[in-house]
Amino acid sequence: MAEEPMLEAKGIVKYLGEGAGRVQALKGVNLDLMPGELTLLMGPSGSGKTTLLSILGCILTPNAGSLRLARNEASGLSPEGLADLRRRHVGFVFQSYNLVPTLTATENVMLALDLRGSGMSRAPALAAEALRQVGLSHRAHAMPSKMSGGEKQRVAIARALAGSPSVILADEPTAALDSENGKGVMALLAEVAKERSRAILVVTHDHRTLTYADRLIRIEDGKIVGRARARKLVKGSGSAGSVH
Amino acid sequence: MQQQVAAAHAPAVPTGRPMPMVTKLAYRNLFHDRMSLVVTLVGIIFSVVLIAVQFGLYIGSEVRITAMLDHMKGDLWVVPYATKSFDDPNFLQGNEKFKVLSTPGVANVEELAVNFVGWRRPTGGITAALMVGSDTTTNKALPYDIVEGSIENLSAPDGIAVDRTYFKELGINQIGDQAEINGSMVTVRTVTDNIRSFTTLPYVFTTITLARQLLGVGPQQSSYAVVYLAPGADMNEVRSSLSSRLNDAEVITLQEFRKRSLDRWLFETGAGAALITGAALGLIVGVVIVAQTLYSSTKDHLNEFATLRALGAPASYIIKVILMQATLSAVIGYVLGITLSLLVIWASRNDPSILIVMTPNLAMLLFVLTVGMCVFAAVCAIFKVVRIDPAVVFSR
Repeated sequence: MAEEPMLEAKGIVKYLGEGAGRVQALKGVNLDLMPGELTLLMGPSGSGKTTLLSILGCILTPNAGSLRLARNEASGLSPEGLADLRRRHVGFVFQSYNLVPTLTATENVMLALDLRGSGMSRAPALAAEALRQVGLSHRAHAMPSKMSGGEKQRVAIARALAGSPSVILADEPTAALDSENGKGVMALLAEVAKERSRAILVVTHDHRTLTYADRLIRIEDGKIVGRARARKLVKGSGSAGSVH
Repeated sequence: MQQQVAAAHAPAVPTGRPMPMVTKLAYRNLFHDRMSLVVTLVGIIFSVVLIAVQFGLYIGSEVRITAMLDHMKGDLWVVPYATKSFDDPNFLQGNEKFKVLSTPGVANVEELAVNFVGWRRPTGGITAALMVGSDTTTNKALPYDIVEGSIENLSAPDGIAVDRTYFKELGINQIGDQAEINGSMVTVRTVTDNIRSFTTLPYVFTTITLARQLLGVGPQQSSYAVVYLAPGADMNEVRSSLSSRLNDAEVITLQEFRKRSLDRWLFETGAGAALITGAALGLIVGVVIVAQTLYSSTKDHLNEFATLRALGAPASYIIKVILMQATLSAVIGYVLGITLSLLVIWASRNDPSILIVMTPNLAMLLFVLTVGMCVFAAVCAIFKVVRIDPAVVFSR
């Protein structure tokens, strides 16, 4: 029996802006995310990557199309219903890390656990485990202002992992990092995808990330214009532009 | 390898139940911007002190206005028709004592002769005072808070009691000093402490006999007849019976007389309204300052709140954080504010012109008002936060 996608988007259409400034950002996007896979979403600026990520993460609602997340239908849910869905099933990793600056690494992870209703008595142990997974046990009590960019992004990944969501969506996770830290973060995400049978989607411009991907999806002008499996990527030039 | 090194440095996982994240986040947000916290606390402290002083003055005024009534107690008071307050005295027709005593259900009656007198200072000059004459052989309620001499000392033919707070105003220095009231010499035989009037006029206590003599009224006349009911007597029946027997007099309960006195001084004069207005202004100032600083703090942390929303925090979670911030501010501000208020009250204890009273009930009311004020002030911040679009986290 074929494996069921963790996330399934069909015919996603999204308009942004109003009046004369109204543009169609997504033009009928179909996309599946399979468990255990790290998928890259690449495309030029303005192609609709972030809009698509926002819809897949139940932050924006599409004008048309349907979205299923971990067997839950997202279409037609209220803002609070969508918040509940992403709380239970989606972990986010942001380009600017978006850690709460007044909380330590452990507390940032505990915050996500608290939101997911993990129970505060178990939260310290779970947060410690999440930080151990990303190799940051020794920085558990550090404040974000005292961490390097790589460390902050690892904390963000630990936060995304906390509570074991079905899908992790990462928005340019290596954009603010140097080459070494960028590789480290991508290796970690790839490992997380494999170890936990979790679906991970990474929106990126960074071609160095290609080697870590199981699949590549290319989007242009609001439409998916290319899909490729990992072998093709490794054999190819490494440029996403070559995948059609 | 990296994980092994990390594990070697792994901190011990804390045991026990940690502080709830809502409280921790609110607490950290609050203390993150120290200057904003200071401004918030200054606003709350100002508000608490202003409200405490205004309400304290209000209660102090109530205490002073009703002090004589509260010490005499009594179940019913026979007062001249249309009397507005204890210190707005007139005289009954006379012989009320016997009419009252002969009424079924009455156990006892005490007469009081009260009126204004001219007090000629030994050092020269005349000042007004309020004379209160009572039967000191049977009534031990007035004067009270005696610090020198005794009620019995007032039995001397010229004996009077005054409060030492008014020594300077009355031109006397000690017990035994003499002065002139309405042309007759009197001697200070007893001294009280802290019996002060709302109108700031000094009270002069004496026997009802000397009071009648100094006030120039008949030997059976009095201003008030304080009625004490026999055990089991029906107050309404006695009241009705007394009303039918007494002309040009009203028979009112202690509570009614208290209310009349309070209404007259606190509301007809506008003094109470001024105090309440002051307290309301304190509340408004507090709300405005706390609202502004809380709103500003929320704007400063808007990205974090947007991240929380993106992570799936329900609106109620974020509202709880802001309300917790407001409540923490309120508690800290209240503790500092009430401490400062108590210092103000302590510093004003020797000023005869003001009486600020702090009671446990007032302290509790202030706490509720402070928390309510801060929670109300959080409304603007909450409106701002619940409208955050979590999609902004991708645009930064």
